[in-house]
Amino acid sequence: MNMKKIIRHYIMENLLFTEDESVLQDSDSFLDGGIIDSTGVMEIILFIEETFGIKVDDNEMLPANLDSVDSLAAFVQRKQAQAVAA
Amino acid sequence: MCGINGIAALSTQTKISEKDVLSMLPALYHRGPDDSGVYLDPNQRIGLGHTRLSIIDLAGGAQPLHNEDRTVWVTFNGEIFNYVELRKNLIKQGHSFHTHSDTEVIVHAYEQYGNNFVQHLNGQFAIALWDGNNQRLLLVRDRAGILPLFYTRQGDRLLFASEIKALLPQLSKAPCISPTALDQIFTFWAARSPNTLFEDIFEVSPGHMLVLENGDLRESIYWDWCFPEQGDYHQSSDADLTDQLYDILADATAIRLRADVPVGAYLSGGLDSSALVALIRRHSDAPLKTFSIGFEEQSLDESIFQNQLIEHLGVENSRILCQNSDIAENFPATIFHAETAILRTAPSPMQQLSGLVRDSGYKVVLTGEGADEVLGGYDLFKEAKIRQFWARHPQSEWRPLLLKALYPYLETSGAQAKAYLNNYYSIGLEKPDQPGFSHLTRWFTTSQCKVFFSQELNARLRDNAVNRLTEQLPPAFDNWHSFNRAQYLEAKTLLSDYLLCSQGDRMLMANSVEGRFPFLDHRVIEFANRLNPRLKMRALNEKYLFKLAMKNHLPRQILERHKQPYRAPDIPAFFSADPPDYVKDLLSEEKLKRYGYFDAKKVSFLLKKASSGSSIAYKDNMALVGVLSTQLCHYFFIENFFSTCSRSTSIPNFSLT
Repeated sequence: MNMKKIIRHYIMENLLFTEDESVLQDSDSFLDGGIIDSTGVMEIILFIEETFGIKVDDNEMLPANLDSVDSLAAFVQRKQAQAVAA
Repeated sequence: MCGINGIAALSTQTKISEKDVLSMLPALYHRGPDDSGVYLDPNQRIGLGHTRLSIIDLAGGAQPLHNEDRTVWVTFNGEIFNYVELRKNLIKQGHSFHTHSDTEVIVHAYEQYGNNFVQHLNGQFAIALWDGNNQRLLLVRDRAGILPLFYTRQGDRLLFASEIKALLPQLSKAPCISPTALDQIFTFWAARSPNTLFEDIFEVSPGHMLVLENGDLRESIYWDWCFPEQGDYHQSSDADLTDQLYDILADATAIRLRADVPVGAYLSGGLDSSALVALIRRHSDAPLKTFSIGFEEQSLDESIFQNQLIEHLGVENSRILCQNSDIAENFPATIFHAETAILRTAPSPMQQLSGLVRDSGYKVVLTGEGADEVLGGYDLFKEAKIRQFWARHPQSEWRPLLLKALYPYLETSGAQAKAYLNNYYSIGLEKPDQPGFSHLTRWFTTSQCKVFFSQELNARLRDNAVNRLTEQLPPAFDNWHSFNRAQYLEAKTLLSDYLLCSQGDRMLMANSVEGRFPFLDHRVIEFANRLNPRLKMRALNEKYLFKLAMKNHLPRQILERHKQPYRAPDIPAFFSADPPDYVKDLLSEEKLKRYGYFDAKKVSFLLKKASSGSSIAYKDNMALVGVLSTQLCHYFFIENFFSTCSRSTSIPNFSLT
């Protein structure tokens, strides 16, 4: 499964409690859609840290990184690339 | 406290049988284990039943009870605390009493004052009164909603009882769960009075009176929470008001110590119960026994504060230690007694606590319930105040940060956290004058649990719970101060519809224990409602005047302690170990589909999340408890309707298969 799919799947099962693909587009803002609240963000961070072996720093907790499936996937890829480069 | 029930004829041809009235009694034995009785009027127009827990006039207080010439009969659950004064007054006016019980003042007060008799009562009560001369029945509930009274029409008969389960034996088929009620529960935490979880079964609302006469049922409001409309608050100095508040509270407590059995008190460790114990100690030399709850889960446990107080006040305290497994084990019994779906397990430890009271040989406890609503203590009131302040300047980045003073755990440092804070707490900010503004955040979060509703249930939902509520507010509501509006909403949704019943009366009565609530004495409420809101909350200092009134009677660390809301473990209660069989069974795909209220697939994801123990959001806890308790209600009252009805004791059978 590709990364976007894994992230989507997680959000759908654990935060939206559904399998219905139509309820979430990869570009949908979690914030604007009222899809998740602040505990939801915590859950997502925990999930991507555990699943993709990265660590999210305090200064990276920005809507630009965490607010949609697209931005999450891009953020994780950047982090993984950084880790390889280092 | 007691259980009451009865059946009244709605048409001239209908005759009531004693057997039918008797059939309702067994379901109420837990409310009144000491005695029971039935009255059937000679024309069989009405039958009244009663199960008794003897507290005042142990020898002479049997019910149903009548007046001098046996034309007025009453079955009564509760206490009339000013019965001593009322009795003297009525004797002066020529009435003769044949007992020393508080019940008897009701029949004579009715003879003297007619329907207005209720205005003379200071107490907690559910009353069914039959006036044989005029062939009229009165059903009345106390002002704040401390004691319950349910009713339903069954053909040409009106059935009424202290609990819904006593109505069931007289129904021809199982009741249905009402979609409107579920919508309200998954918004406000409770069905809104007069609705109950069940279609066509209603409760007499707090402060209401129903009169049945010539087959017509008419409802009137004899009392409601009301607040100054023109800013005409008490004008005295703060010092005078402090003294007045103390005196009213002291008297409200003193008259609630009247009983022919020993009286104990609940001690949570918070300000309200501490103040209550201090008030009792000042007005009674008798040794005082207190009861408290400790939790296995450290973050919920208040034992340290309880111990400080026990030492300061020199009371003898007993404590239960509530473990997760206790809640998992007791939860079906909790729901059987509560007779409704709930979103939190918090009532369950309260049931354990009343069990401790009973085992200690006590029948009566005083509690601090109501102080937050009456005197202005809830965090929600502060939150509303901050959100009002923010709404004046919605662009301000600084104003919403005040919320951190209120909820210290809020993460406000990163841009992400700020974005979520702003997004969540800014709900309704564009219209801070709208009626439900103070409660929108809570209602919005809770409503998110409705995502688990099945398609069938959604299709049956007709209207929106919040809109319906705002339509039903009293006309004066819009003229009240925003703080008073928040108080009203809290009193009429959470206090009377949830705290006093599911978490109050029903958990006390499960173990035949009577609760008494000095802060809900109507004189306290009426006095407090005329206090300027700044005396309830000075800046963000809650219950300001109350703290002044108690300043010389309590240690500083109690007065200054940040309020900790009473909570019990929710999901962890069921999932920290392997969940009990009934949980697996009732949340199975098969049962969810068969009962039909919830989407089985969605619930299966929630279960997976709960079992994995991964970070669980606040709303996930509410959703799981809401789904489980709805399933339990269906199991007890619908699927097993006939065996629930025919049980001769009121102890439920948990053997789920």
